[in-house]
Amino acid sequence: MTDTAMLAPSTPSEPAPAEKKELTEALLYLDAVTVTFDGFRALNALSFTVDPGEMRAVIGPNGAGKTTMMDVITGKTRPDRGDVFFNGGTTDLTKLDETQIATLGIGRKFQKPTVFENHTVLDNLRLALKGQRRALPNIFHRESAAARERIDEIFETIRLTEHRERLGGALSHGQKQWLEIGMLLAQDPKLLLVDEPVAGMTDAETAQTAELLREINANGHSVVVVEHDMTFVRDLGVRVMCLHEGSVLAEGTLDQVSANERVIEVYLGR
Amino acid sequence: MSITRQPALLGTSGIIFLAVLFAASVLVPVLNLAVAPDSAVHVPTYVVSLLGKYLTYALLALSVDLIWGYVGILSLGQGAFFALGGYAMGMYLMRQIGTRGVYGDPVLPDFMVFLNWKELPWFWYGFDWFPFAALMVLLAPGILALVFGWFAFRSRVTGVYLSIITQAMTFALLLAFFRNDMGFGGNNGLTDFKDILGFNIQADGTRLTLFVLSALALGLGYVLCRFLVRSHFGKVLVAIRDAETRVRFTGYRAENYKLVAFVVSAMLAGIAGALYVPQVGIINPSEFSPANSIEIIVWVAVGGRGTLVGAALGAVLVNYAKTYFTSGMLAPYWLFMLGGLFVAVTLFLPKGIVGTYYDWREKRRRHDDIPAAPLAAPGPAE
Amino acid sequence: MTSRARLFPSLRVLCAALALLFAAALVGTFPGRAEAQDISGALGQFTSNKYDDTEAALGALALSGSPAAAGIVSALADGRLVFGGLPPRVFIEGEGGALLDPLTMQPVADAPPVKPVRVNNRVRRAIEAANGALSLVSPDAGKRREAALAVGRSRDEAALPALDAALAKESDPQVKSAMNLARASILIGKEGISPAERIAAVELVGAEGNQDALAILRGVPDSAAPEVKQAAAQAIEGIERNLAMWGMAQNVWYGLSLGSVLLLAAIGLAITFGVMGVINMAHGEMVMLGAYTTFVVQEVIRTSYPGLFDASLLIAIPLAFLFTGLIGVIIERTVIRFLYGRALETLLATWGISLILQQAIRTIFGPTNREVGAPSWMSGSFEIGHLSITSGRLWIIVFALLVFFALLATLRLTRIGLEMRAVTQNRRMAASMGIRTNWVDAMTFGLGSGIAGMAGVALSQIDNVSPNLGQSYIIDSFLVVVFGGVGNLWGTLVGAMTLGVANKLLEPYAGAVLGKIALLVIVILFIQKRPRGLFALKGRSIEA
Repeated sequence: MTDTAMLAPSTPSEPAPAEKKELTEALLYLDAVTVTFDGFRALNALSFTVDPGEMRAVIGPNGAGKTTMMDVITGKTRPDRGDVFFNGGTTDLTKLDETQIATLGIGRKFQKPTVFENHTVLDNLRLALKGQRRALPNIFHRESAAARERIDEIFETIRLTEHRERLGGALSHGQKQWLEIGMLLAQDPKLLLVDEPVAGMTDAETAQTAELLREINANGHSVVVVEHDMTFVRDLGVRVMCLHEGSVLAEGTLDQVSANERVIEVYLGR
Repeated sequence: MSITRQPALLGTSGIIFLAVLFAASVLVPVLNLAVAPDSAVHVPTYVVSLLGKYLTYALLALSVDLIWGYVGILSLGQGAFFALGGYAMGMYLMRQIGTRGVYGDPVLPDFMVFLNWKELPWFWYGFDWFPFAALMVLLAPGILALVFGWFAFRSRVTGVYLSIITQAMTFALLLAFFRNDMGFGGNNGLTDFKDILGFNIQADGTRLTLFVLSALALGLGYVLCRFLVRSHFGKVLVAIRDAETRVRFTGYRAENYKLVAFVVSAMLAGIAGALYVPQVGIINPSEFSPANSIEIIVWVAVGGRGTLVGAALGAVLVNYAKTYFTSGMLAPYWLFMLGGLFVAVTLFLPKGIVGTYYDWREKRRRHDDIPAAPLAAPGPAE
Repeated sequence: MTSRARLFPSLRVLCAALALLFAAALVGTFPGRAEAQDISGALGQFTSNKYDDTEAALGALALSGSPAAAGIVSALADGRLVFGGLPPRVFIEGEGGALLDPLTMQPVADAPPVKPVRVNNRVRRAIEAANGALSLVSPDAGKRREAALAVGRSRDEAALPALDAALAKESDPQVKSAMNLARASILIGKEGISPAERIAAVELVGAEGNQDALAILRGVPDSAAPEVKQAAAQAIEGIERNLAMWGMAQNVWYGLSLGSVLLLAAIGLAITFGVMGVINMAHGEMVMLGAYTTFVVQEVIRTSYPGLFDASLLIAIPLAFLFTGLIGVIIERTVIRFLYGRALETLLATWGISLILQQAIRTIFGPTNREVGAPSWMSGSFEIGHLSITSGRLWIIVFALLVFFALLATLRLTRIGLEMRAVTQNRRMAASMGIRTNWVDAMTFGLGSGIAGMAGVALSQIDNVSPNLGQSYIIDSFLVVVFGGVGNLWGTLVGAMTLGVANKLLEPYAGAVLGKIALLVIVILFIQKRPRGLFALKGRSIEA
């Protein structure tokens, strides 16, 4: 483990002006976030920001902390130290739970596609669609025409229209990935966190998924994609961030990052 | 434009179920009252009460299926809610005895006189008034479920852990109700009831009415459960059962959904208990025993978890078998059979009777229809 | 508990009286010690046969230090002290009605007609006091100490002169302190002594610190000076605190004993449930089968090899392990293996198995309790300080810990333990490395069941051996495993001991049933706080 953790300055109580500007302009702002599991440092003073409307790809070898980073942002894991802010620094995500964060507008796709297997594809989208979330009112909830239209739109986007009556569990692996992305869209989040969306997909499906994510991004959603597949990352054509041992190793275009000597060292080993 | 294929409030099996219930609640009274006692089709009054008992068990099983089949909460303490409803009714029936008790005390039930108590404990107040008792039939189990569930679901106690603490809950109540100082009749419980709402509890007419009321409660309970699981609310419940984390990340408060379902289920169990007590004539702490609660689970498993109709069917079938075998010369072997049934159902009929039938029907329908898509494609392992 | 406490004082008095009689006899056989005192005056007083005179004579005898005194007093007590003749003389009636000289114990030649010296209750009390006083000068230091303690407990003011006399002569420091304590005990209740003297007495008694001292200190008369009462109250408080601590220690001991029972019952479950994830509702029945194995072993021994009875448990332990282990393997191979990964369904199937096993035992052995005897080394008890410890319970604790550490060692150090851990952690990886996972599953379940059977051997010593034996342990066992943290053996140990001790510490305040209820509620609440138990396995979230 490197010594960066020791050297990293702790969060100052009064942010410097530049930092403050960064905070207020960022959609997502992580500063010096550290998470430890039984002595293992999963995140090590991780800091980065995501701007509104930005799409960002995150790469990194296994155990680099990519999934833990998503856990922290979505409230599944509480950081030991550090700040996580949303919406230009107005909301402290470390104080909220998964449900509140989801309601704020952060959607998450899991590494293993997680759809509701015993519901039809249509019901999967209905459940995800932005709207009433409280228990008692939902006993008498009726679907509005607008909702129906919106679902049809999403079906077009994720190309699953003809599968709408099938059970979620009956879909192929790739279809499940798309359905899950569709469910994120239905939530209409400001920020989508997408964990390995093309794992187990054919080349054609991978290309389609890249296109799908670009489309989603073009519609004003910020997206953070974690992916191993470099072809896919190249297809996305966005800013790339490489994580290693829980902190940012390099950031830039894919070419810049893949030319970075430390990145090569991490990937190829010493 | 999407085709909104919403399943009907009552499916085919639901309609059959309600029709059978209706037929029973008409036929049984007719066969009891209008047919001569020596006729082969005469239904004696004790059988009416027996059938009524089965129906209350069916309602109890329905309440378990609502949370186990649709939310994945395996409560090993459902018997506690049933017993609480039963005790609320039993307390009303005790107060109705009045001066006809052995000691003839106008206010105190016999067991309190026996224990030398001078006045009624505060929690017995109001139970002489039927509407209050009826309210308590719902509130006693409901509030217990609310408090228990609020703690348990909020702290995300799930699966086996939840099952074990529900078992601990009913075990604690069992111990508590065994104590004489609790004021619920201790070991002997509440019994020797005389009348209900002014009607003699032993009379044929009362027993028939209780039977019909049980059928009605079961029917309404079924429709309520059906309505709940079909609603958006119910879809969230199933989603929680299958992928709770996903539900949270989609912005639903899973604990609130579970809590509502748990409380509704407890109240249904309470109603079942309240109808059970006047028909069997006694309520005692053994109803809280953890073994009872596990048996309920078996009824549901036999009939088919997550089908509602199956739960009711399983309750009636298993209890009919129990009555049949424990009264004959096979009595010593009943536990072998019940035990064997548990094992056989889990091994060979994991979806229960109705669930297996649904699968078979689905397969035939798809066979006629389109080339089969795998129904439950196993995802990539782990 | 209360009835025992009430029994004790009377028992002690009886013992003390016996000891005094014995001491008196001893005094009689040691004529060399005391100088020949003149007790003829006292003897003369007996002949008047008036109660007052007899009492006075007893007092004189007690103080005389004469070697003959003890024999005379005990003769009086037995009605063998007689008088007659002219002038009246006192004799002791010996064997066969022979009259003996009270001083020399030689038969007298010219025996006159005699009648016994009359005794009433007052005299009887005086006899007791005299006996005590005489023992105070016994040549045996142990007897003198006993006597001093007995006098102290009796708090009889009449014994004070004898005590003072004995103290003046006493040289053994231990006996001296016992006598001082006895003197103080008497002084506390005595009328008309100075407050300073009384406070000194209070402090002396207070230092003793047991139940008797407490009773003595409570005897401070209301008329005593306020500073005396205050000193007494302080001393009482100190003693009560001390006794409460011992009482607490005793409860902790009971708790550890209960905890060891819970540990025995739960430890097999920690394997089948904690390691394999099978909700084994038939676990209690494995315990029950172990208990019945003990019963069968003892029956065979009783009819065929009665000499082996003391070894019956040692023979039963391996047999129970093998038998229940085999049953466990059969259950795993025929039922459980089809249900892996469906934890809640294993609950149903094993519950069914538990019903079948219960009914099978009921059919074979009948529904009533069967008698399982305790070998001699399991019975008896001893005391450490104010703690009373029964051997049976001590052995169960030792056995529970032995089983625990043996299991730990099996999992840590043996090949099969390694394979078990490998299969639990990653079944597919283990399989691909050539581990026969099916076999390991069967062995693991068999191990858990076998341990339950061994627990049954121990529990047969403290519980009724009936078909329902297992039912009473199953809920507690699950709570222990869940409370301690599933999959963590140390958690099971700590969980069992914590719950056992907590239960016993709650009992004095809440009673047995309410204590148990309170504990259940506490565990339920605890699981809310820590849904994965005391020692939860932490780690990176594997779940998607």
